[in-house]
Amino acid sequence: MSFSWARPYEPKHPMMRWLDERLPLPRLVYGAIGGGYPVPRNLNYFWNFGVLAGIFLTIQIVTGIVLAMHYFATVDGAFNSVNGLIMRDVNAGWLLRYAHMNGASFFFIVTYIHIFRGLYYGSYKAPRELVWMLGLVIYLLMMATAFMGYVLPWGQMSYWGAQVITGFFSAFPIVGEPLRVWLLGGYAPDQAALTRFFSLHYLLPFVIAGVVILHIWALHIPGSGNPTGVDVKSERDTLPFHPFYTAKDGWFAAFVLLLYAVVTYYAPDYLGHPDNYIPANPLATPAHIVPEWYFWPFYAILRSFTIDFILPAKLWGVLAMFGSILLLFFLPWLDKSPVRSGSYRPVFKRFFWLLVIDVVILGYVGGAPLNWWRTALGQIASAYYFVHFLVILPLVSAFETPDPLPTSISESVLHGEAAEAAPAGQTKPRRGSVATAS
Amino acid sequence: MRFILGFIGSVFAGILLISMIGNLATYFGNKPEPLAAEEFHREPKALHLRSDGPFGNFKDQAQLQRGFQVYSEVCSACHSLKLVSFRDLKGIGYSDAQIKKIASDWKTQVPSINPETGEPSTRKALPSDNFPSPFANEVAARAANNNALPPDLSLITKSREGGAAYVYSLITGYRDPNTYKNEEGKPLPADAKPTGNLHFNPYFANLNIAMPPPLTSEGQVTYAPGNPRPTVDQMAKDVAAFLVWTAEPNLATRHATGITVTIFLLFASILGYLAYRQIWHDAKRVVRVTGPLEPENQAKSKRAKAKQGVAG
Repeated sequence: MSFSWARPYEPKHPMMRWLDERLPLPRLVYGAIGGGYPVPRNLNYFWNFGVLAGIFLTIQIVTGIVLAMHYFATVDGAFNSVNGLIMRDVNAGWLLRYAHMNGASFFFIVTYIHIFRGLYYGSYKAPRELVWMLGLVIYLLMMATAFMGYVLPWGQMSYWGAQVITGFFSAFPIVGEPLRVWLLGGYAPDQAALTRFFSLHYLLPFVIAGVVILHIWALHIPGSGNPTGVDVKSERDTLPFHPFYTAKDGWFAAFVLLLYAVVTYYAPDYLGHPDNYIPANPLATPAHIVPEWYFWPFYAILRSFTIDFILPAKLWGVLAMFGSILLLFFLPWLDKSPVRSGSYRPVFKRFFWLLVIDVVILGYVGGAPLNWWRTALGQIASAYYFVHFLVILPLVSAFETPDPLPTSISESVLHGEAAEAAPAGQTKPRRGSVATAS
Repeated sequence: MRFILGFIGSVFAGILLISMIGNLATYFGNKPEPLAAEEFHREPKALHLRSDGPFGNFKDQAQLQRGFQVYSEVCSACHSLKLVSFRDLKGIGYSDAQIKKIASDWKTQVPSINPETGEPSTRKALPSDNFPSPFANEVAARAANNNALPPDLSLITKSREGGAAYVYSLITGYRDPNTYKNEEGKPLPADAKPTGNLHFNPYFANLNIAMPPPLTSEGQVTYAPGNPRPTVDQMAKDVAAFLVWTAEPNLATRHATGITVTIFLLFASILGYLAYRQIWHDAKRVVRVTGPLEPENQAKSKRAKAKQGVAG
């Protein structure tokens, strides 16, 4: 992961020099996450969430591998192996299971913050388009993995969730139904579906890990963005990743793990659905089928299409739901504004916050039982979602006058420093502060 | 390309808005009557147990044992407890000898094979066995219960909205459908009244439940001396407490471990934060203003720099 502006690695210890000449692993680490990777000095806490997502991926893989040692992927055994064997008899099995369940939710929480960070600060813009697109690939893989993982306990929501989600494919004309049957290995979710979901649920996290490497690699070519969106101009604008950002990521990771522990130990079922503690029953449809919370916004979009306009409503819903994610791949070309950071884009900023509210509303509508006003609210919110990305964003980027940008990262972080560093009334610069060096 | 995408977006938005107008027109054109299940369904009553809250535990073993007694004398006639084994009863304070006796005295025996003939047979339960189900299979269970299936109770407090409070409210919630009035004083409409073998219970999702009232009179279960009076309310509370335990026997361990982990991570966060402050000490003042730069802040920055004599 070498990139043009990384500081070259100079091994000090002869042992490290010996190793570096044969296998430049120390060089890779030094340049990627060590002292050799210069990072803009003005990153705020929204830049911590990529590392956090990596931590939660690791937690999921570790807890998941141990859970897989005790799980039975059979329609008769799955529910009891999770709720009987693992929750009751495996040593700390309850902890592994709750950590895995809530780890998935936290993985999505930090990923959503990471994605919205990218949306606000224009992280998808040149030269980081591929970083953004690889990130979206990771997100799609996460959704597939999470969906299949939710099927594994073979509770009522597992079963009916699988039924509904694989049912999306049958919306497509002609090929849809055969495709669904092929994917499930039968006409309804059954043993064939459960076994293949287990197999893929075990495989995909490693695929995610692979794409994460590409994501980080692509990021390290231009280097990290920053809240001003202004390019790094000189070394003065940066700090080495280690120890500055390892320290910042480190303490913040401990803090987020604290929140994760509180949920895992004290409200482990809060983010789940009680119906999934009922064994799957193909003959009894739950009154209110909902996916896991992280799919609610998309579920709301799917359910919002209620009329057969040329195409059947279900097909519109499925197209829109897939489209709502796929359109994000076009974002670098939809938003043509040369200014990256939303902080300098007064009109964009307002629409950004509208989008945040919109997605929260979609999430609420997707998770709640439908009634007349929630349906209408979901339809307005879904319409805004598409208009925001496909109409408003291109127009705003064409007509908006951005605020003046700071000439460099150093200038942006310098603001008010002299006044802040000295007692009121005096603006004597302090020694050792980088501000004086400028 | 942007034109095409903009067109697609407009199509989606247009269909959504047409759908919305259609829905609202249907709704206001023909306002549906509220369903009886919505008007008469009640949220569970409040129930406080020792297992509640972050410090909740199973230390009220007398109550859990009373709850087990209610389960074994009343509920177990129809309801299985498949995920719990006799040896687990150690968790609510029974000794090995007591467990052995409870297992071998259990009214349903464990399916087995006659070692001499190979014929299907039954044997007495052992502590290592899970609680045997009262019915051999689902068909038998339905046949004995007017085609209703009594659910397994192992996870009942986790698999119902409201948990233990729901179980307690349901057991004590049977009312006379002919005299019942909801909070607004409205009597039950005739078409919502139970038919056939159903029983009216406002805590049940669709108001009519197949299970007849299980606890009907005080003293239905005889508690050992030193325990509270076995009123219906008390027995319902006790069995709800027991079913919290069956749903998650590790709950107390989870709460206790959680405290240690939380304190550890709290310290780790504080130490990590102090280390971070230390490392960033000099760089910190410069990066303090990490937030987005507003134009007014930039003006401030210019003024500060002018005062300091820095060009820019």
